[in-house]
Amino acid sequence: MAAKDISIETVTVKVDGRSVEVPRMMLNWEGNLEPTTVLQACKLAGIEIPHYCYHPKLPVVGNCRMCLVHVGSPGRPGPDGKSPVNEDGTTKIFPMQLPYEPQTPRGVIGCATTIVPDMEIYASSPETKEMRESVLESLLINHPLDCSICDQAGECKLQEYSYDHGQAESGFEEFKVHKPKAVDLGPRITLDAERCILCTRCIRFTKDIVGDDALGIVNRGGYNTISTFPGESFNNNYTLNTVDICPVGALTSDDFRFQMRVWFLKETKSICTDCGSGCNVMIGSRENKMYRYEPRQNDAVNGHWMCDSGRLNYKWIGREDRLSSITDVKGKTSWPIALKNISDHLSNADKGSVAIVASARQTNEELHLLSKLAKHFDAITDSIPRKGKADHLMMIEDRNTNTTGAQLIGVTSKRVGSKLSIIKKGIESGKVKTLIVFGEDVTKHGIDAKLLEKVTLIVSDILPNETTKIADFLLPGCAHAEKRGTFTNVKGRVQKFMKALEPPGDALSEWEFLHELAHNVTGLDGFKTIEGLFNHMAGEVKAFKDAELTWAKLGDHGLDVEL
Amino acid sequence: MKVERAKLTWFERLYIPSILNGFKVTLRHFFSWKRSKVYGDKQSSYSAKLTMQYPEEKWPVPDGYRGAPYLVKDEDANTKCVSCQLCEFVCPPKAIRITPPGQSGEADREGAEKMPKEFDINMLRCIYCGFCQEVCPEEAIYLLKDYAITGENREELIFNKEKLLSLGGEDKRAYAHHTQDGVTEGIKKWEKKTQEAKDQPAFH
Repeated sequence: MAAKDISIETVTVKVDGRSVEVPRMMLNWEGNLEPTTVLQACKLAGIEIPHYCYHPKLPVVGNCRMCLVHVGSPGRPGPDGKSPVNEDGTTKIFPMQLPYEPQTPRGVIGCATTIVPDMEIYASSPETKEMRESVLESLLINHPLDCSICDQAGECKLQEYSYDHGQAESGFEEFKVHKPKAVDLGPRITLDAERCILCTRCIRFTKDIVGDDALGIVNRGGYNTISTFPGESFNNNYTLNTVDICPVGALTSDDFRFQMRVWFLKETKSICTDCGSGCNVMIGSRENKMYRYEPRQNDAVNGHWMCDSGRLNYKWIGREDRLSSITDVKGKTSWPIALKNISDHLSNADKGSVAIVASARQTNEELHLLSKLAKHFDAITDSIPRKGKADHLMMIEDRNTNTTGAQLIGVTSKRVGSKLSIIKKGIESGKVKTLIVFGEDVTKHGIDAKLLEKVTLIVSDILPNETTKIADFLLPGCAHAEKRGTFTNVKGRVQKFMKALEPPGDALSEWEFLHELAHNVTGLDGFKTIEGLFNHMAGEVKAFKDAELTWAKLGDHGLDVEL
Repeated sequence: MKVERAKLTWFERLYIPSILNGFKVTLRHFFSWKRSKVYGDKQSSYSAKLTMQYPEEKWPVPDGYRGAPYLVKDEDANTKCVSCQLCEFVCPPKAIRITPPGQSGEADREGAEKMPKEFDINMLRCIYCGFCQEVCPEEAIYLLKDYAITGENREELIFNKEKLLSLGGEDKRAYAHHTQDGVTEGIKKWEKKTQEAKDQPAFH
């Protein structure tokens, strides 16, 4: 990212006989410029070199040998400073070979070999294929081949490369080395050392990215095993990323262990809601049950990673006690009746007699519709702050997903929660007669149940709490995984998320019923879809308008707005 | 056009020979004491009977017949299924439904890691295609020879893990081809692996 503006000269290399121009320097894992490697050049040429230990965001070590390729380079320049030439005057290319055995081609590791001008990379030659077969055979020597049990099966690089580049039979006849199985590395990680191919991605990740030098390799030779220091536990807030980057099934997540085979999981692009960072995630779900979050690459937000606390914060979505029916004072009712009653009630409300406590965990669209309602009544609106402990990587202090969005839309001020006391006083004095609460338990924030008896309480929430118990109208809402919408993260990046699950019972996306309420009360009209609603909002909210946002433009990775 | 009816001869006008001729096959079987080859050994006690007393009697199912899929056990009566869910994935009518064990693995013996928590086959959906048997990496599910799967309600015909295991029982096919020096000794996969790990010298 840093080097985007610097123009870099290009060099021409041949990949599988095809000339491609590639930049001489490329960004390394830290974002610094380094000479382009063979693997990167092939990727730019559209050819994938198989690799295990190489990861674009980790230091290069070159220990798995999977990316071995056969290459040819121009010869050493003679006394005249020119490389040897063929008879027709072109630069002579010397394919790499063993020094004293010229018949045997010699491979180089693509991840750590830098390109030179006019280099020829034989990425699909028989020599290269043979090297890959041999490397895979070696990697599989002690691998237990227990794919039917292994959680990684289906997304395992060892499986994939064995099919694509491996050979059907192994020449290895001896007993396989048995290593510890189901080792408890830390509170969230289980290690199966037999499956490990010792690529050291996990070691480098925790040392160089997290800064917690917790893992290492112990024992010698064939007995090499990943391990923590004796008596220590692999326990930082980013351990589960090692499960993602582990190319085989050695590191498995305790949370996902033996839960579901990955090929059944439907993948839905979403946003993590654990803090204001807005890490991009992929939801894995099957038949309306959510099984896991996985980080989704977005270099502008979270790179390849996400924290453990965010990743494991999804169980509430499938909780048994989720609110699933619409209730009013008389008991269970239906959407048309409840919405009509609320609309009638709000239409008769005086200006200034309504207060709204929104949640900074709601989407931009919902907050926008609430602000529309608020404007109609001159209502006092605010939200509730939620603070947690920040860490040095991605987790930030603000545990509300969309505080920035709430501020931009005008539902809350820079100091979130500062108007709560005004709302409280309004209720006490009898000025506020209707209180609309979205996704928050106001009884925990100074407005207790006794005060709430004085007002008509309209509540929408996902899980039951003290406020939902005494609501006059209770409207069951959706978790973020059950609806579409956008969040604005703490740095002002507007990102959209998709629907993975169906909501329980009668629960409905908040924007759908809020839109109907806003239509009935204020006459706002015409947005049957979230796309239309977003584009309407982008035309009204200043920050979004300045950035010229539209739903389609957001794409998978979102767009920045000026704060 | 007028068709002239042929005059019957006196022999034909007797009618008795024609009736007997018509009953020739029936009468041959009626007086035959030869065993019918169609029903094989099952017929030995009722050698003269030609109607099979189904369902009390069942015909011998030929080899390679694809009957109902059941879970088989190995020679030590262990569950072989490891809940890899490939059969569930490959099943065209989606008759198989497996509940994975979760973190514990639910394994009931040393060396084993994982087995299904629930394993249901909806016999009303099953089309006896044999894909599950073909895909199973652990040779744990076989199409056996049961063909008349009946029940009084739909729930009864969703066979659970216990039922499938008891119906499948110990099928020799499941390990007969695992031979060592010509002797069938069974798979003993888990035992062997555990023993191998124990015998391994501990270098550090």
